[in-house]
Order: sequence, then C-alpha cells, then structure tokens
Amino acid sequence: EGQDYVGFDTITQQMERKFLKRGFNLNVILVGESGMGKSTLVNSIFTTHLVDSQGRRTAQEVIRKTTEISPVTQTLEENGVRVRLTIIDTPGFGDQCNNEGCWVPVIKYIKDQHAAYLARELKPFRDRIINDTRVHACLYFLNPGSRGLRPLDVEVLKRLTEVTNVIPVIAKSDSMTSDERTLFKRRVKEEMAFHRITTYPYANADDDDDEDRMLNNSIRDLIPFAVVGSEETIDVDGTQVRGRRHGWGVINIFDETHCDFVHLRNFMLRTHLSDLIEVTAQRHYEQFRTSQLRQIKELRDQQAAGAAAAGVPPGAVATQPPVAPLPHQPVAQV
Amino acid sequence: MKSTSGNAGGAQKKKMNGYVGFSNFPNQVHRRSVKRGFNFTLMVVGESGIGKSTLINTLFDTKIFPDREEMPPSAEPIKGVDVTSMSADIQENGVKLRLTVVDTPGFGDAINNEEAWQPILENIESRFDAYLAQENRVNRSKISDNRIDAVIYFIKPTGHCLRVIDIEFMKRLHTKVNLIPIIAKADTLTASELEQFKAKILADINYHGIQIFKPVSDEFDDPETVAENREILSKIPFAVVGSEKYVDRADGTKVRGRSYPWGIIEVENEEHNDFIKLRQMLLRSHMEELKDTTDMVLYENYRTQKLLSMGHVQDNGVFREFNPLVQMEEEKRTHDAKMQKMEAEMTAVFQQKVHEKEAKLKQSEEELYARHKEMKSVLEKQKAELDDKKKRVEATARPITPMEQQATKGKKKNIFSGF
Repeated sequence: EGQDYVGFDTITQQMERKFLKRGFNLNVILVGESGMGKSTLVNSIFTTHLVDSQGRRTAQEVIRKTTEISPVTQTLEENGVRVRLTIIDTPGFGDQCNNEGCWVPVIKYIKDQHAAYLARELKPFRDRIINDTRVHACLYFLNPGSRGLRPLDVEVLKRLTEVTNVIPVIAKSDSMTSDERTLFKRRVKEEMAFHRITTYPYANADDDDDEDRMLNNSIRDLIPFAVVGSEETIDVDGTQVRGRRHGWGVINIFDETHCDFVHLRNFMLRTHLSDLIEVTAQRHYEQFRTSQLRQIKELRDQQAAGAAAAGVPPGAVATQPPVAPLPHQPVAQV
Repeated sequence: MKSTSGNAGGAQKKKMNGYVGFSNFPNQVHRRSVKRGFNFTLMVVGESGIGKSTLINTLFDTKIFPDREEMPPSAEPIKGVDVTSMSADIQENGVKLRLTVVDTPGFGDAINNEEAWQPILENIESRFDAYLAQENRVNRSKISDNRIDAVIYFIKPTGHCLRVIDIEFMKRLHTKVNLIPIIAKADTLTASELEQFKAKILADINYHGIQIFKPVSDEFDDPETVAENREILSKIPFAVVGSEKYVDRADGTKVRGRSYPWGIIEVENEEHNDFIKLRQMLLRSHMEELKDTTDMVLYENYRTQKLLSMGHVQDNGVFREFNPLVQMEEEKRTHDAKMQKMEAEMTAVFQQKVHEKEAKLKQSEEELYARHKEMKSVLEKQKAELDDKKKRVEATARPITPMEQQATKGKKKNIFSGF
C-alpha cells in the first residue's frame, strides 16, 4: 500500500458486508402441469427438500378445478450469506380438460407483487428496506416428446414473458435421446422466434462486455434446459451420486453429458442471480410502473375534466394524495 | 360300453372305447379360418408425441405409420380431433391378417379438450351401426367387420394419479370397446416409481368404476395358460417403450432399443419394460378373445340399447311360420266381417234418420193445418163483419142523387178506408 493508494476499491467488500447483514430475497415461480417434475427440480437445485409435490396422490383426492398459487418461503444460508427464498408453486395449472384461462391466476399473482411494491414506493413515508416479493424468475416446464411448443405453451409464454424473466426447462428429459433433445430444442427456439416470445437472458446490445455476451449466447443455445431432477443419492462404484437408477443405467444429474442440470444451476445461482433480480427491477417492474402511472394520470385527467365540467375548481382535485386507487389492485400487502 | 350318467342338460356322459376322430374338429376350423384370413382393428389414443406411431410400428415390426413430417411453426390452432385409419395386409406362417390401425391425432393437444372424446366415440358407434345395418340386410353372405377390437390408451408417465382427461375419456368408452391403458415412455420412471404409479392408476380406475380389458382364466384352461394369464394380469397397466431403430450393445449385438448416455433400454427385455407382455396379450394369446368380446358382449349391448331406443319391443313368442294362402283367407274373413258390421250400422242409422224426418214432417203438417184453420176462421169473421156493415148501409139507403152518388163514392171510400 503506497501513498497513492486511495482505497475506494474496498467498496466491494463494504457492499459484501452489508449484503451479509441484510441478506436478500429470491422469488421463483414454477409453472407447468402436474407431474412434470417441478418440485423435484427445485429441491435438486437447492439440494434440500424445500417444496412438496402437489400432485394428486390418491384416487379419493379431489381434482383441483383452478390454478392455485402456493408460495413457500424459507431462509437458506451459505457461507454467511442469507437468502429468503420463496418458491411459488402453481398446482392445477394445465390439468383440466379445458385449460382456457388457467394462466390468469399466475399472471395476476406476478402483477400483484409489482403492484404491492409500487404501492409501497409511492407512500410519502417509505420503509427503508421494502420487502421484495416480486417474482425474479419463472421456470416454465415444457412437455418432452411433443413436437415443440403446444398451443397452451404458446399462449402462456406470450403472457409470462411480458411480466417476468422466463426460463424454459424440460424437467423429465431422461425420456429423450440426445438426438431427440437437439431436435426438440431447435424446434422450440424456432417456434419461440415465430411467436416473438423472448425469454431470459435478454440481449442487451450496449452494456454487455464480450465475456458476458459469450456467456449469454451459450446460455441461449442451451435453452430450453433439458434437466433431470433427483432428491436421492445413489451409489455408483463407491461414489455417492445424486441421480436416478434404472435397470439399464444410472443417471448422474451432475454429469454434463447426461443433462443440463449443472448449466441451469450455475446459470441461475452462480452467474446470473443478481442479474435476475436487477432485470426484474429495471425491466419488468419499470414497465409495470410506467403503465400504471400512465393509467393513474389518465384517470385523474378524466376526473379533472369531469370536475371542470361540473364547475369544481381544478385545485381541489390536484390536492388528492398521490396514492390514488391503483388500476391494478394488489390482493394482499405483504 | 360303460355309461356314467351325468346331469349336463339332460345328456348323459358316455365314455368311449376307441378313437373316433371328432377331436380333429378344431383343426378343421383352424384350416378354414386360415384360408379365410383374419382381420383386426386397433385404435390408439393419446396426446401428440407420446409414442403411438412408434409403438404400433414396433408391435407389428412393420412401418404402418410413416415418419411425421416436420411442419414449420404456424399460428393456426389445432382443429380438434381427427380420426384416420391405416390398413396393412401382413402375413406370418401362412396366416393372413388384415390389420387396421385407427389413429386419433389432436386428442388432448388443444387448450380446451372438453369434447376431445366425442369424435372418437362417434367413430366407434358408427362402425357398430355399419355392422348392424349389414346384419339386417337381405343378403348377408358378405359382411365386412371393421368394428374396433381394442383401444390402446396412452397414459403420460407423470407418476401421479390419472389426469382429468384420462378419467373422462375412459369413463365414456369403457362400455363400448376393450380398453387397454398403457404407460407410455416408461423409460422415464424407475422401477419403484413405476410400481407406485401402476398402483395409483389401478386405484383411480377402480374408484371410477372403469372396466379395462383383463385376461381371465376359466376352468377349461390348462395350468400353463392360467399361470400365463396371471403373469400378464400382474403387469397391467403395461409400461412400454417403443423403438424402430436398432442400437449396438456393449457386446456388439444389435437390439431394438433407445440409446442414452447412461445406457441402452431394450424394447424386448422384460426387465426393462412390459413391451413383451403387451405384445403377448394383444397378439399372441388374447387377440381372439378381444374380437370375441367385441362381437358377443360390446356389440350386443350396443345393439340392444339401440333397438330399444328405437322402440322395438322384445317379442319372446316362437316365430310362426309364414303361409301366404292362409293369411289371405284370414284377411278376407276379417274384411268381410268388417264390411257386414259397417252395413248393419249404416242401415240402423238410416232407419233412425227416416223416423226422425217423418216425425218432423208430421209435426209441421199439423202446424200448418192449425194455422189454416185459424186463418179461415179469421177470414169468416171478417166476412161476417163486412156483411153486417153492408146490411146497415142498405137499410139507411135512399135513392142516390148523382151528387150524393159522388159523395157516397167518396164516403164509401172512407168507409172502406176505415177498416
């Protein structure tokens, strides 16, 4: 340390310390039909049993008639870093004969979280730290074996990609051979391009450096991630391996030649975790906020016009508190 | 000759002393049916990409379904369920089989699948209707049977209980066809997951009262067959994997299977999946039973329902012989009787009317007579009055001067006008 050393490079350590104290929120929503492997995959990614499968287990259990939203929050800690992880499962999605509108509760939930955040931001006295319940990532589960996207997938993806970061995955990909997998991925990408569905990561032309761009491109090549989930560890030649044992072979989910699990996990948690949170705030939340505020302004203009026609002085209208009823009402204020 | 009396419908059981030869009868039946050839109609139902075409091609070791061509992505929604059929004439050891496979593309693929079973149900029933129509024809020597002998329903390997669409479909079809549910893409599930999944499926099927096709043994089966049937039954619903491709095993042999980075699943390995059992049940041991059940049970039930709903009444009387002469005479007799009856009725009516008219006429005659008398009396009265007046006028009469004559003329007029 010479006399020319200023020392502002320690800001990263200062930030780290603050982060360690405060911890952060991560909210992930799982969207897919019953039996696609949602719960198992999440439990595999975080190597703990976080969520129970909501599938129907006995014949007597009543079949759900609508999509339910069931968030489960837990605090995980790793090397002193705390994360408040909320996994939002959507049991009932896509399980009916008639699945028209089964995506509505999902979209509503995502928008509600944006609205709740906005409401708290608009308050005159704001909390120092707003508890962030906004959905940072959506894992969308595709059906292996279909030719590509099904009609339901197209409809839902179009709407989901407008409100949150969508990461398409194929969870039970151990039913596809490598060729079938390649064909399926190509097909899915073609159809997403055709229907103008953009998934995360987004192509930001300006602020990415070469390294980031290359990483993002390689991620985009892999989409949709063909993964296999497992909560069991099995013995393979003396080593303990997380995987699945079949009569004809053993799948090791951490083996890159077997599936893309490692890539998905690294992508979500090791490289793009903060980006997911940032993009949610900067892109999706801002879009929502802009459209909401514009609507409020229009509403207020209409009211002012109505009041002016009725002869009320415009000043009376302008003194209304800024937190007017939001066009999109949140369900619960967390 | 020894004789032991039995009570089988009144016929006595008799034991023979030597070889007669009627035990050759089944062989004769066999030879005749081989000459005639068989047909078998199979329907496959399941969502797109679940492996229907591959399984059929694997089962019959023939490319019955061609490879699906890749279509570019389009914005057009799926137009509902299609029902298409492909036929193939295949031969094995001199036995000719006309195999028809009915495919149902589009089932379960749309967002709204509420009526997905409707076209399928209609197709099955229309085949029954076609057969019924042929049975009722005058010339029945050539009946073509394209009724569905079995429906293979593909269940997604979710590991959970059955989905709504599975239950709804099976509930609507199980009384019309032999239902064979199978677990598709069985390579997704481990052995223990499969066991639990099969148990869940069977529990769901029992809970909803769905009847699936099961091999049953009766008292006439030899112990080998009984054991076979029990083995097949223990694996239902079959978890199958299909493949048209051959892959190389580690030891260099070629097998039909699927090659993964972690191993090869062999289609014809009973430890890997239940394909062998499915093929055995469907083709090798129970094909005849499937056809029989379709003909004797499912079709008959359909026919009964249909005829009852059309208003036919069950007539259990013995059919009387049709003799045209007798019938004609009977008809004539009934006809004559009818005629006579009508005649008698008509005469009676006629008489009655005549009486009525007579009475009426009489009555009016009397009335007229009465009126006539009355009028006559009135007239005579008037006449008497007039005579009276005339006499009075003549009594007071003097010779009439021409002026008085004129005046009396006027007066006379007045007198008369006084009446």
